[in-house]
Amino acid sequence: MSTIDDIQNEIIEEFEFFDQWMDKYEYIIDLGKKLAPLNDQFKHDDNLIPGCQSRVWLHAEMENDQVKFTADSDAVITKGIIALLIRVLSNQTAEQISRSELYFIDRIGLKEHLSPTRSNGLVSMVIKIKAIADNLKRYH
Amino acid sequence: MVLKLPKSIGLSQHSAHHYRGKVSLLNHQQNKESQDVSLKKQFDVEEVRKDFPILKRKVHGSPLVYLDSGASAQKPKSVIDTVSRYYSEQHANIHRGVHHLSQEATQAYEEAREVIRGYINAKHSHEVLFTKGTTDGINLVASSFGRKFINEGDEVIVSTLEHHSNIVPWQMICEEKGASLKVIPINQAGELNMEEFKSLLNDRTRLVSVTHVSNSLGTINPVEEMIELSHAKNVPVLLDGAQAVPHKHVDMQALDVDFYVFSGHKLFGPTGVGVLYGKEDLLNQMPPYQGGGDMIEKVTFEKTTYNSLPHKFEAGTPNIVGGIGLGAAVVYFDQFDEKQILDHEQDILAYATDQLSQIEGVKFIGTATEKASVVSFLLEGSHPFDVGTLLDQQGIAVRTGHHCTQPLMDFYGIPGTVRASFAIYNNRADVDALVAGVKRAANMLL
Ligand SMILES: Cc1ncc(COP(=O)(O)O)c(C=O)c1O
Repeated sequence: MSTIDDIQNEIIEEFEFFDQWMDKYEYIIDLGKKLAPLNDQFKHDDNLIPGCQSRVWLHAEMENDQVKFTADSDAVITKGIIALLIRVLSNQTAEQISRSELYFIDRIGLKEHLSPTRSNGLVSMVIKIKAIADNLKRYH
Repeated sequence: MVLKLPKSIGLSQHSAHHYRGKVSLLNHQQNKESQDVSLKKQFDVEEVRKDFPILKRKVHGSPLVYLDSGASAQKPKSVIDTVSRYYSEQHANIHRGVHHLSQEATQAYEEAREVIRGYINAKHSHEVLFTKGTTDGINLVASSFGRKFINEGDEVIVSTLEHHSNIVPWQMICEEKGASLKVIPINQAGELNMEEFKSLLNDRTRLVSVTHVSNSLGTINPVEEMIELSHAKNVPVLLDGAQAVPHKHVDMQALDVDFYVFSGHKLFGPTGVGVLYGKEDLLNQMPPYQGGGDMIEKVTFEKTTYNSLPHKFEAGTPNIVGGIGLGAAVVYFDQFDEKQILDHEQDILAYATDQLSQIEGVKFIGTATEKASVVSFLLEGSHPFDVGTLLDQQGIAVRTGHHCTQPLMDFYGIPGTVRASFAIYNNRADVDALVAGVKRAANMLL
């Protein structure tokens, strides 16, 4: 079982192949298109994350001590970054998620997408993921 | 050659042209023409571009292509120099000092007001109120005019095209007073339904508040006709000119408009300053908006009497450098022949519309016959945010989203658009970059 940091390092290595912004974004768009769909029943307002431009929904479930995240967005680049976040943070324990430090976004040159000035919902999504984990940690 | 801000100029009788000639707010070479009130400078976009230092910068490694002037315009060197000169050499608080600096700053500020008065052809300079911007101006009118003239059962008319700044202040005052907001519908092209407008006007209507030019679609509204129709029913009109003044002259007396608001930062001036024009008679009848320094005549704990216009509506230390910088921006913009600017911007608009329409999947939102130089579009099958992100990677700055016009986006049933808005410094090469950028984005996204 890979740890959060193992996966982050893996992603950083993958992104080292891209020296053109186009290639990087093509990859992200591809990830976005392939992101496992979020069941429509979970696309309700409670799961909607406040972010100005693109809508982002996040759903969390517990499965054997591990938190499983599924998510969706109506913008495909946002969805691609969500796919990366889910790859890093899904299927980990609440404790691990809560303690994790997300450095990969910065290292793969997508920091701007996670800056609080970027109104794409991703910052709120990370905050929400952490909040869910903190909450679960208390009860499990 | 940088200005020495106005020492020598008396206030009242000077037009904007005169102001420019004498004090040389302009940074470029002063030639014979700039001394002559009747001759305008030949408009040449490549020369204009040199006046805007920011256009030389790169973004993500590519030359900046700035197509977001509708959100905020870039600043010419003359404005930047005026601002820096003011802080380096002139700053003091205004309207209150006996000392020399304070008087110089006061004079510069008041002369900026006079320049703006001349430019918008207001009858009196005290009808030109400095505000923080369009939003602030509308809030002032909604609050002050609204307090005095809007009562239970009354109606205020806005349109589907409005920016939130021209919706929310009216909703607030209507809610407070038990009045209601009426909305002029539009057609699919984004043009006002004038028949509906006529039928909305009635004896409960207290004010018509509409945008002169739509920020999201570029539609130029038939404001002359709307003012005439409203005045025939004794209803005053406020025009939101935020997107109109950066493109053309507006003439308060010819329009006979009652209130007109705009933002300095969209007119190549500093942020945090704007103008509310109001007819003297109306402004005199309206109660003050905010209380504080400058707006008073005499204060005792029992009663305060208010200062006269424009100070009655300008409480507190204003954005002095903003006002002076806006004066310089108006002088800059006003040096060009208006017709040449309009022709240039319409050429860019037509070229962009034509070129973008050749990209498969591009769908225009807003196709009014009368349009300012704005194109709003969608790339079918993709979210505006994605298109905007990929354009940004290529150094192209556009705006994406609802542009603070959510009801308008709801009308079209879309989350937002990609908007390219053009200004005097945009050229055909900018359009070519946009078109290539959109094609590239389309290839990646679809
Ligand atoms: C038509 C219109 N009205 C009002 C505003 C608000 O202007 P400001 O934010 O400068 O007050 C804008 C700017 O976005 C606008 O385009």
